[in-house]
Amino acid sequence: MELSTLSLKEIGDALRKKTVSAREITGVFLERINRFNPELNAFVTVAEEEALAAADEADHRLARGERVTPLTGIPVAVADTICTKGLKTTCASRMLANFIPPYDATVVSRLKEAGAVIIAKTNSDEFGAGTTTGYSAFGPVRNPWDKNREPGGDGGAAAVAAGLAPLAVSFDTGGSLRRAAAFCGVAGLKPAYGSVSRYGLAALAPSLEQIGPLARRVDDLALLYQVLAGPDPLDATSLPADGPGRGGEELTGPAASGKGLRIGLPREYFTGDKLQAAVKERVLAAAGIITGEGGEQVDLTLPSTEYALAAHILLAAAEASSSLARYDGVRYGYRSPEAADIDLLYKKTRTEGFGSEAKRRILLGTLVLSAGSYNDYYLNAQKIRTLVIREFAEAFTKCHLILTPVTREVPGRAGEERSPLRQYQDECYTVGANLAGLSGLSVPCGLVDGLPVGVQLLAPAGREALLFQAARTLEAAVGEFSPPILRG
Amino acid sequence: MKLEKEKAKHLAELARLEVSEEEAAEFSHQLSEVLDYAGKVREAPVEGVEPTIHLLPLTNVFRDDEVKPFLTREEALVNAPRREEGFFRVPRILEEN
Amino acid sequence: MNYETVIGLEVHVELKTEAKVFCGCAARFGSEPNTHVCPGCLGMPGALPVLNKKAVELCIKAGLALQCRIAPFSRFDRKQYFYPDLPQAYQITQDDLPLCTGGKLKIVNPGGEERIIRINRIHLEEEAGRTYHSGIGATGYSLLDFNRSGLALIEIVTEPDLRSPAEARIFLEKLQEILRYVEVSDCKMEEGSFRCDANISVHPAGSQEFGRRMELKNLNSFKAIQAALAYEENRLGSLLAAGTPPVQEESRGWDETRGMTFFMRPKEKASDYRYFPDPDLPPLVIAEEWVEKIREDLPELPEEKKNRYMKEYGLSAQDADLLGGSRETAEFFEATLRLYPGEAKTVANWVMGEFARLLNLEKLTPAQSKLKPEALAAMLQMIDAGEISGKIAKTVFEEMFYSGKSPREIVEEKGLVQISDESQLAALVRGILAKHPGPVADYRAGKTKALGFLVGQVMKETKGKANPGLVNKLLREELEK
Repeated sequence: MELSTLSLKEIGDALRKKTVSAREITGVFLERINRFNPELNAFVTVAEEEALAAADEADHRLARGERVTPLTGIPVAVADTICTKGLKTTCASRMLANFIPPYDATVVSRLKEAGAVIIAKTNSDEFGAGTTTGYSAFGPVRNPWDKNREPGGDGGAAAVAAGLAPLAVSFDTGGSLRRAAAFCGVAGLKPAYGSVSRYGLAALAPSLEQIGPLARRVDDLALLYQVLAGPDPLDATSLPADGPGRGGEELTGPAASGKGLRIGLPREYFTGDKLQAAVKERVLAAAGIITGEGGEQVDLTLPSTEYALAAHILLAAAEASSSLARYDGVRYGYRSPEAADIDLLYKKTRTEGFGSEAKRRILLGTLVLSAGSYNDYYLNAQKIRTLVIREFAEAFTKCHLILTPVTREVPGRAGEERSPLRQYQDECYTVGANLAGLSGLSVPCGLVDGLPVGVQLLAPAGREALLFQAARTLEAAVGEFSPPILRG
Repeated sequence: MKLEKEKAKHLAELARLEVSEEEAAEFSHQLSEVLDYAGKVREAPVEGVEPTIHLLPLTNVFRDDEVKPFLTREEALVNAPRREEGFFRVPRILEEN
Repeated sequence: MNYETVIGLEVHVELKTEAKVFCGCAARFGSEPNTHVCPGCLGMPGALPVLNKKAVELCIKAGLALQCRIAPFSRFDRKQYFYPDLPQAYQITQDDLPLCTGGKLKIVNPGGEERIIRINRIHLEEEAGRTYHSGIGATGYSLLDFNRSGLALIEIVTEPDLRSPAEARIFLEKLQEILRYVEVSDCKMEEGSFRCDANISVHPAGSQEFGRRMELKNLNSFKAIQAALAYEENRLGSLLAAGTPPVQEESRGWDETRGMTFFMRPKEKASDYRYFPDPDLPPLVIAEEWVEKIREDLPELPEEKKNRYMKEYGLSAQDADLLGGSRETAEFFEATLRLYPGEAKTVANWVMGEFARLLNLEKLTPAQSKLKPEALAAMLQMIDAGEISGKIAKTVFEEMFYSGKSPREIVEEKGLVQISDESQLAALVRGILAKHPGPVADYRAGKTKALGFLVGQVMKETKGKANPGLVNKLLREELEK
């Protein structure tokens, strides 16, 4: 039995039938991690001991016939920007290289309650600021499809694609989770704003980001999402229990027909000359598959798309400059050894502790929020955000879901020198969901030059069931494909 | 918009970062390019549009006035780069703020 | 040449909440360092603020007590600066949409003139941690305690309406009194729960333009505030008189021992705090009904109380002020009065006299003392019924104060019941007269002062228990026979 390729349901069945123990499952993945992670560098920390203990606990639960969930005994990789009590949480930064949080993020508590086994902490760009993991203090993640290609801005997708963990939890400020899912050929969801608690996620841009799930299958993605999502009294921006998207609908199940389904295709997302023709072709084909027989494709226009990325760049930087100010070497984390007074301590610590992209965003954000620029940059960006929200809301009266590419191209060469602006522009199709707080699901739709391509499905909060259904339809048609390493 | 090198240095100072001359030049170059692009937010048709200060239509999200102890002192201090008798210790503070 | 002084105040007041303003840590003073902390008030990654509802209510309460307008829509902003006591490197505060605006407080200045001091705004924010400086020079270092970090704080900003250091002090005392009264804060200056920065400028009388503003910081007693302002008023006046007005706005400290202000730093032209709305905190929408509910819970304010005491009970302005000035005293007074049908003035005299004396002696507040209004009311009724004398009552009162016993218990235990039995007293009186023929002769010769001596002898004989009115009457009858 090739455990690393099974679905959650299959593993769950095996666990309940006692043909395999949780300890064995965790053991299999730990072994794969030991074998493949050195070349992939998807993880900053592997929690071998803790994972085995959690697996044993799951086995006890199973043995005693206690309540189990679809995640009981299932290994999950968690982004290293998400706090895990007693387990190093570095945010892929030198600043927090030795930080051990004395608390769990709410999503981690929820995973533990569901009986999941936290197996490792995933690598990413420092504090999630970047699109290629090239800004991790611990080296870049490699794409399991081709180690010379970049994996997107998050190691969770690479880990899942390579079978180092069946599931991963990561976060998305401008598209890093969805791009990584697309580039590594797995499914990933940036949930609607407020549906998953941000408590315990080291903030980069709090008004834009959400924690979300990654999985090889859409049903697994839905199961993990249901564990992560829910109201949280510790997060004031978490949607209340009776809010939209809290309906408790069934998110898993067989593929349904596209009958009556209206899929919107926003013109602005398909016209840029930077959109690779083969990628565009795959994405449009996906739209055809989802609408299938009886569905409908709706031509949309979202005129503010032109300004959306600019607004996102400014807002993300503004919020990052504030979020990252707390890392000052006073209470925890890195402290420069050579500081004779507090001002030097601040400067040396922050200069030595942060990498170049974090610094760049801090500088840009500091500018955006300065008295002289606030109205021009910050307020105008927030006004554009209003336009973006309005246009999406209007669009969703004409269609159920919106379909777009996730990326303009297949994964680029690893380590390629590109200016910061070019890198920001990588996220041109994904920032809309962050600005407007929409659900954004990235699901594989085929290969181009042997590399995976993803399609993005967007929905307002509350339309998750339809979102997963459409993704499942596509998944069923496209069929499974996986990098050779998964079978290795 | 061009972001002058001196301005980059000033921003670094505000953000408590040290930048060398070369770094300042590089940041100023890169951020000028970013601002050339992002500066278009000033030309967007936003007349009369309210900024989205809060994404969700939530208001008055409260906690009750109840004490919930969270960390022990040891947990609070365990990550401290330097501590002394239950306090966090930092080098001298030159100017009273 | 005459000069005019302009003073405005910024007062920080810690609110009386159980927990901090954005987390569940205890808001307690005087604990071991770093024992009431959490990821939030330590600024750890991932922690999020959730607003304490009580803190909002107390801020609104303060606003209502100072006749402010309560904003229907309000929000929190981040004020960004680096200082080791500020764990997130930003303070959550309110910049352009504070909870309360445009209030006022009436004071009577030393010249007896009524002045209205306008309140510009009151906003809610979080407190910083505490820094302790150790060592000196290059070997110096600082220690940080974050127990205070995140306490609920309001900042009250006045308009520049104060015209003298004495007025400033009176205003602050009045403000403290009111905030304690409505139970918004303990307002303990010595614990830092009531702090004040003062802005002062001096200009030639009649000039339309104010002088350069000096900000006086770290003033930690009313005395220090008045003294520092007076020193600064003088200094600025002298500079003007010498034709060398100050060239820049400054932040200045107060040297208590030398009794002078000193230069700290130039006041930068409004530091760039890079305020922006905190994305972690949804805004506040304050419904009219909520404000009205808080207003209904508001106690009668000292000013209103004072007027009512004068009108209803016929108390003097001074007495009314004294009784109404402290909420606990006023409550004790009124509770006693509800149980005692006699004169309000009688109750007032006991509360302001013996009670105040003993409270002061033992450093207690009315609520902390063992004496309850029921006991005082019962004692006063015993006096009126002639069961105890006013003199005995003082003994009984003191005993009640320390033991918490009822007056009847005390009187019975100690046998303090007044002797009002006429035949018993008549016998005693005859005995005294027989013992003191001299004074008796004096009285009969017209020296009526001798009566006092004889009364005293009877009281002495009865250890003060004789009914003095009756003794007087019986003595006169016997002497005039």
